[in-house]
Amino acid sequence: MNEERHCQQLIETISDYIDGELDSGLCVELERHLSECNNCQVVVNTLRKTIELYKDPSDGDVLPDEVRQRLFYRLHLEDFLKS
Amino acid sequence: MNEQINNESLNLEALRAGNRAEFARLVERFSNQIYRVALKFLGNPQDAEDVLQETFIKAMRALPNFEGRSSLATWLYRIAMNESLMILRKSRWDLAPVEELDADDDAGLSGMVLTDWCCLPEEELLSSEARRFLDRAALKLPETLRSVFVLRDVEGLSIRDTAEALGISETAAKTRLLRARLKLRKELSVYYGERLTEERSE
Repeated sequence: MNEERHCQQLIETISDYIDGELDSGLCVELERHLSECNNCQVVVNTLRKTIELYKDPSDGDVLPDEVRQRLFYRLHLEDFLKS
Repeated sequence: MNEQINNESLNLEALRAGNRAEFARLVERFSNQIYRVALKFLGNPQDAEDVLQETFIKAMRALPNFEGRSSLATWLYRIAMNESLMILRKSRWDLAPVEELDADDDAGLSGMVLTDWCCLPEEELLSSEARRFLDRAALKLPETLRSVFVLRDVEGLSIRDTAEALGISETAAKTRLLRARLKLRKELSVYYGERLTEERSE
Protein backbone atom coordinates (compact mmCIF):
# COMPACT_ATOMS: atom_id res chain seq x y z
CA MET A 1 0.00 0.00 0.00
CA ASN A 2 2.80 2.32 0.95
CA GLU A 3 4.67 1.55 -2.25
CA GLU A 4 1.53 2.19 -4.26
CA ARG A 5 1.28 5.59 -2.66
CA HIS A 6 4.86 6.23 -3.75
CA CYS A 7 4.00 5.25 -7.33
CA GLN A 8 1.14 7.74 -7.36
CA GLN A 9 3.31 10.43 -5.81
CA LEU A 10 5.99 9.80 -8.39
CA ILE A 11 3.55 10.19 -11.25
CA GLU A 12 2.21 13.43 -9.85
CA THR A 13 5.68 14.94 -9.54
CA ILE A 14 7.32 13.24 -12.51
CA SER A 15 7.49 16.40 -14.66
CA ASP A 16 9.30 18.34 -11.95
CA TYR A 17 11.52 15.35 -11.29
CA ILE A 18 12.54 15.04 -14.94
CA ASP A 19 13.11 18.79 -15.20
CA GLY A 20 15.28 18.64 -12.08
CA GLU A 21 12.97 21.00 -10.21
CA LEU A 22 11.84 18.73 -7.44
CA ASP A 23 12.44 19.64 -3.82
CA SER A 24 15.57 17.73 -2.74
CA GLY A 25 13.95 15.87 0.18
CA LEU A 26 11.19 14.55 -2.04
CA CYS A 27 13.70 13.75 -4.73
CA VAL A 28 15.72 11.47 -2.43
CA GLU A 29 12.57 9.71 -1.32
CA LEU A 30 11.38 9.15 -4.87
CA GLU A 31 14.77 7.95 -6.06
CA ARG A 32 14.78 5.37 -3.32
CA HIS A 33 11.36 4.23 -4.49
CA LEU A 34 12.55 4.24 -8.11
CA SER A 35 15.46 1.95 -7.28
CA GLU A 36 12.96 -0.62 -6.04
CA CYS A 37 10.06 -0.18 -8.44
CA ASN A 38 10.46 -1.47 -11.95
CA ASN A 39 7.14 -0.04 -13.18
CA CYS A 40 8.06 3.48 -12.14
CA GLN A 41 11.49 3.11 -13.76
CA VAL A 42 9.77 2.29 -17.04
CA VAL A 43 7.45 5.28 -16.72
CA VAL A 44 10.35 7.65 -15.97
CA ASN A 45 12.53 6.28 -18.80
CA THR A 46 9.80 6.31 -21.43
CA LEU A 47 8.63 9.77 -20.39
CA ARG A 48 12.19 11.11 -20.67
CA LYS A 49 12.49 9.51 -24.08
CA THR A 50 9.14 10.95 -25.19
CA ILE A 51 10.30 14.49 -24.37
CA GLU A 52 13.67 13.87 -26.00
CA LEU A 53 12.04 12.69 -29.24
CA TYR A 54 9.95 15.85 -29.50
CA LYS A 55 13.03 17.98 -28.90
CA ASP A 56 15.01 16.29 -31.63
CA PRO A 57 16.66 19.12 -33.56
CA SER A 58 16.97 17.13 -36.79
CA ASP A 59 13.25 17.62 -37.22
CA GLY A 60 13.60 20.26 -39.92
CA ASP A 61 10.81 22.78 -39.44
CA VAL A 62 12.45 25.86 -40.81
CA LEU A 63 10.86 28.82 -42.42
CA PRO A 64 10.62 28.19 -46.18
CA ASP A 65 12.30 30.94 -48.16
CA GLU A 66 9.16 31.87 -50.09
CA VAL A 67 7.22 32.24 -46.81
CA ARG A 68 9.95 34.50 -45.48
CA GLN A 69 9.85 36.61 -48.66
CA ARG A 70 6.06 36.97 -48.57
CA LEU A 71 6.35 38.07 -44.94
CA PHE A 72 8.79 40.86 -45.79
CA TYR A 73 6.57 42.05 -48.66
CA ARG A 74 3.48 41.98 -46.46
CA LEU A 75 5.28 44.14 -43.91
CA HIS A 76 6.55 46.50 -46.66
CA LEU A 77 10.08 45.60 -45.68
CA GLU A 78 11.15 44.10 -48.97
CA ASP A 79 14.05 46.54 -49.25
CA PHE A 80 15.58 44.72 -46.27
CA LEU A 81 15.31 41.24 -47.77
CA LYS A 82 18.69 39.58 -47.72
CA SER A 83 19.10 36.59 -49.96
CA MET B 1 15.79 25.01 -31.31
CA ASN B 2 16.37 26.68 -28.00
CA GLU B 3 17.90 29.73 -29.56
CA GLN B 4 19.32 31.87 -26.85
CA ILE B 5 17.77 35.20 -27.62
CA ASN B 6 18.91 38.27 -25.87
CA ASN B 7 17.07 41.49 -26.26
CA GLU B 8 20.09 43.68 -25.86
CA SER B 9 21.29 43.26 -29.39
CA LEU B 10 18.05 44.78 -30.68
CA ASN B 11 17.55 48.45 -30.01
CA LEU B 12 14.25 48.79 -28.14
CA GLU B 13 14.17 52.55 -28.45
CA ALA B 14 14.55 52.32 -32.22
CA LEU B 15 11.85 49.66 -32.35
CA ARG B 16 9.46 51.78 -30.32
CA ALA B 17 10.18 54.78 -32.52
CA GLY B 18 9.19 52.78 -35.61
CA ASN B 19 12.65 52.37 -37.13
CA ARG B 20 12.10 50.08 -40.15
CA ALA B 21 15.63 48.72 -40.34
CA GLU B 22 15.48 47.69 -36.70
CA PHE B 23 12.07 46.11 -37.20
CA ALA B 24 13.45 44.15 -40.15
CA ARG B 25 16.17 42.83 -37.82
CA LEU B 26 13.50 41.79 -35.33
CA VAL B 27 11.62 39.93 -38.06
CA GLU B 28 14.83 38.27 -39.24
CA ARG B 29 15.61 37.17 -35.71
CA PHE B 30 12.27 35.75 -34.67
CA SER B 31 10.35 34.72 -37.79
CA ASN B 32 11.73 31.18 -37.85
CA GLN B 33 10.66 30.33 -34.33
CA ILE B 34 7.25 32.03 -34.62
CA TYR B 35 6.55 30.07 -37.79
CA ARG B 36 7.72 26.81 -36.21
CA VAL B 37 5.61 27.22 -33.08
CA ALA B 38 2.50 28.00 -35.14
CA LEU B 39 3.16 25.05 -37.43
CA LYS B 40 3.61 22.67 -34.49
CA PHE B 41 0.53 24.02 -32.76
CA LEU B 42 -1.78 24.17 -35.79
CA GLY B 43 -0.32 21.47 -38.01
CA ASN B 44 -1.02 23.38 -41.21
CA PRO B 45 1.55 25.44 -43.19
CA GLN B 46 -1.00 27.92 -44.56
CA ASP B 47 -2.36 28.67 -41.08
CA ALA B 48 1.19 28.94 -39.74
CA GLU B 49 2.01 31.51 -42.43
CA ASP B 50 -1.12 33.52 -41.56
CA VAL B 51 -0.11 33.51 -37.90
CA LEU B 52 3.42 34.57 -38.81
CA GLN B 53 2.23 37.55 -40.82
CA GLU B 54 -0.43 38.64 -38.34
CA THR B 55 2.03 38.37 -35.45
CA PHE B 56 4.47 40.82 -36.98
CA ILE B 57 1.73 43.16 -38.25
CA LYS B 58 0.33 43.34 -34.70
CA ALA B 59 3.81 43.66 -33.20
CA MET B 60 4.60 46.58 -35.52
CA ARG B 61 1.46 48.38 -34.34
CA ALA B 62 1.93 47.58 -30.66
CA LEU B 63 5.67 48.22 -30.32
CA PRO B 64 5.36 51.92 -29.40
CA ASN B 65 3.55 50.72 -26.27
CA PHE B 66 5.80 47.76 -25.50
CA GLU B 67 6.87 48.18 -21.89
CA GLY B 68 9.55 45.54 -21.82
CA ARG B 69 8.16 43.70 -18.81
CA SER B 70 8.66 40.44 -20.66
CA SER B 71 11.30 39.68 -23.25
CA LEU B 72 10.55 40.46 -26.89
CA ALA B 73 10.55 36.74 -27.63
CA THR B 74 7.91 35.98 -24.99
CA TRP B 75 5.85 38.97 -26.12
CA LEU B 76 5.92 37.74 -29.73
CA TYR B 77 5.05 34.19 -28.67
CA ARG B 78 2.08 35.58 -26.82
CA ILE B 79 0.79 37.43 -29.88
CA ALA B 80 1.38 34.33 -32.01
CA MET B 81 -0.46 32.03 -29.61
CA ASN B 82 -3.43 34.40 -29.50
CA GLU B 83 -3.53 34.47 -33.30
CA SER B 84 -3.27 30.69 -33.44
CA LEU B 85 -6.16 30.27 -31.02
CA MET B 86 -8.27 32.64 -33.10
CA ILE B 87 -7.62 30.55 -36.19
CA LEU B 88 -8.58 27.39 -34.31
CA ARG B 89 -11.81 28.95 -33.10
CA LYS B 90 -12.72 30.27 -36.53
CA SER B 91 -12.11 26.96 -38.24
CA ARG B 92 -13.88 24.86 -35.64
CA TRP B 93 -17.33 26.31 -35.18
CA ASP B 94 -18.23 23.16 -33.32
CA LEU B 95 -15.30 23.54 -30.97
CA ALA B 96 -15.70 21.19 -28.06
CA PRO B 97 -15.68 22.78 -24.63
CA VAL B 98 -12.24 23.05 -23.09
CA GLU B 99 -11.42 19.70 -21.65
CA GLU B 100 -11.48 19.51 -17.89
CA LEU B 101 -7.89 19.11 -16.89
CA ASP B 102 -8.53 16.64 -14.13
CA ALA B 103 -11.26 14.71 -15.85
CA ASP B 104 -9.06 12.05 -17.40
CA ASP B 105 -7.27 9.09 -15.98
CA ASP B 106 -3.83 9.63 -17.46
CA ALA B 107 -2.31 10.49 -14.13
CA GLY B 108 -3.63 7.36 -12.47
CA LEU B 109 -1.65 4.17 -12.12
CA SER B 110 -4.36 2.08 -13.72
CA GLY B 111 -4.02 3.82 -17.08
CA MET B 112 -0.28 3.31 -17.34
CA VAL B 113 1.18 1.42 -20.27
CA LEU B 114 4.32 -0.23 -18.98
CA THR B 115 6.22 -1.26 -22.07
CA ASP B 116 9.85 -0.21 -22.03
CA TRP B 117 10.51 0.80 -25.62
CA CYS B 118 13.54 2.99 -24.92
CA CYS B 119 15.84 0.23 -26.23
CA LEU B 120 14.47 0.49 -29.79
CA PRO B 121 17.16 1.60 -32.24
CA GLU B 122 17.31 5.28 -33.23
CA GLU B 123 16.32 4.57 -36.83
CA GLU B 124 13.14 2.96 -35.55
CA LEU B 125 12.41 5.74 -33.04
CA LEU B 126 12.95 8.47 -35.60
CA SER B 127 11.84 6.87 -38.85
CA SER B 128 9.77 9.13 -41.09
CA GLU B 129 6.70 7.10 -40.16
CA ALA B 130 7.47 7.55 -36.46
CA ARG B 131 7.91 11.29 -36.94
CA ARG B 132 4.52 11.54 -38.59
CA PHE B 133 3.07 9.62 -35.67
CA LEU B 134 4.73 12.02 -33.19
CA ASP B 135 3.24 15.02 -35.00
CA ARG B 136 -0.21 13.48 -35.16
CA ALA B 137 -0.12 12.52 -31.49
CA ALA B 138 0.80 16.06 -30.44
CA LEU B 139 -1.94 17.52 -32.64
CA LYS B 140 -4.48 15.25 -30.96
CA LEU B 141 -3.82 16.86 -27.58
CA PRO B 142 -6.51 19.30 -26.44
CA GLU B 143 -5.41 22.82 -27.31
CA THR B 144 -4.90 23.84 -23.68
CA LEU B 145 -2.35 21.07 -23.24
CA ARG B 146 -0.84 21.36 -26.70
CA SER B 147 0.00 25.05 -26.35
CA VAL B 148 1.96 24.42 -23.15
CA PHE B 149 3.68 21.36 -24.57
CA VAL B 150 4.75 23.09 -27.80
CA LEU B 151 6.19 26.11 -26.01
CA ARG B 152 7.88 24.22 -23.20
CA ASP B 153 9.04 20.96 -24.73
CA VAL B 154 9.30 21.65 -28.44
CA GLU B 155 10.52 25.25 -28.26
CA GLY B 156 12.34 24.86 -24.96
CA LEU B 157 10.88 27.87 -23.13
CA SER B 158 11.06 27.95 -19.34
CA ILE B 159 7.87 27.28 -17.37
CA ARG B 160 7.81 30.96 -16.46
CA ASP B 161 8.02 32.15 -20.07
CA THR B 162 5.52 29.51 -21.19
CA ALA B 163 3.05 30.71 -18.56
CA GLU B 164 3.63 34.32 -19.54
CA ALA B 165 3.21 33.66 -23.26
CA LEU B 166 -0.12 31.94 -22.57
CA GLY B 167 -1.37 34.33 -19.90
CA ILE B 168 -1.77 31.54 -17.34
CA SER B 169 -0.22 30.90 -13.93
CA GLU B 170 2.96 28.87 -13.58
CA THR B 171 1.02 26.30 -11.58
CA ALA B 172 -1.47 25.89 -14.41
CA ALA B 173 1.38 25.61 -16.92
CA LYS B 174 3.00 22.86 -14.85
CA THR B 175 -0.24 20.93 -14.44
CA ARG B 176 -0.98 21.10 -18.16
CA LEU B 177 2.56 20.12 -19.03
CA LEU B 178 2.32 17.03 -16.83
CA ARG B 179 -0.98 16.01 -18.48
CA ALA B 180 0.39 16.61 -21.97
CA ARG B 181 3.57 14.64 -21.33
CA LEU B 182 1.69 11.71 -19.77
CA LYS B 183 -0.80 11.59 -22.63
CA LEU B 184 1.97 11.58 -25.21
CA ARG B 185 3.97 8.97 -23.31
CA LYS B 186 0.91 6.75 -23.36
CA GLU B 187 0.36 7.20 -27.12
CA LEU B 188 4.01 6.61 -27.88
CA SER B 189 4.13 3.56 -25.61
CA VAL B 190 1.34 1.92 -27.58
CA TYR B 191 2.93 2.84 -30.91
CA TYR B 192 6.50 1.86 -30.09
CA GLY B 193 5.28 -1.14 -28.11
CA GLU B 194 3.91 -2.52 -31.37
CA ARG B 195 7.23 -1.85 -33.12
CA LEU B 196 8.96 -3.68 -30.29
CA THR B 197 6.70 -6.71 -30.66
CA GLU B 198 7.34 -6.75 -34.43
CA GLU B 199 11.06 -6.54 -33.88
CA ARG B 200 11.07 -9.40 -31.41
CA SER B 201 8.97 -11.64 -33.63
CA GLU B 202 11.35 -11.19 -36.56
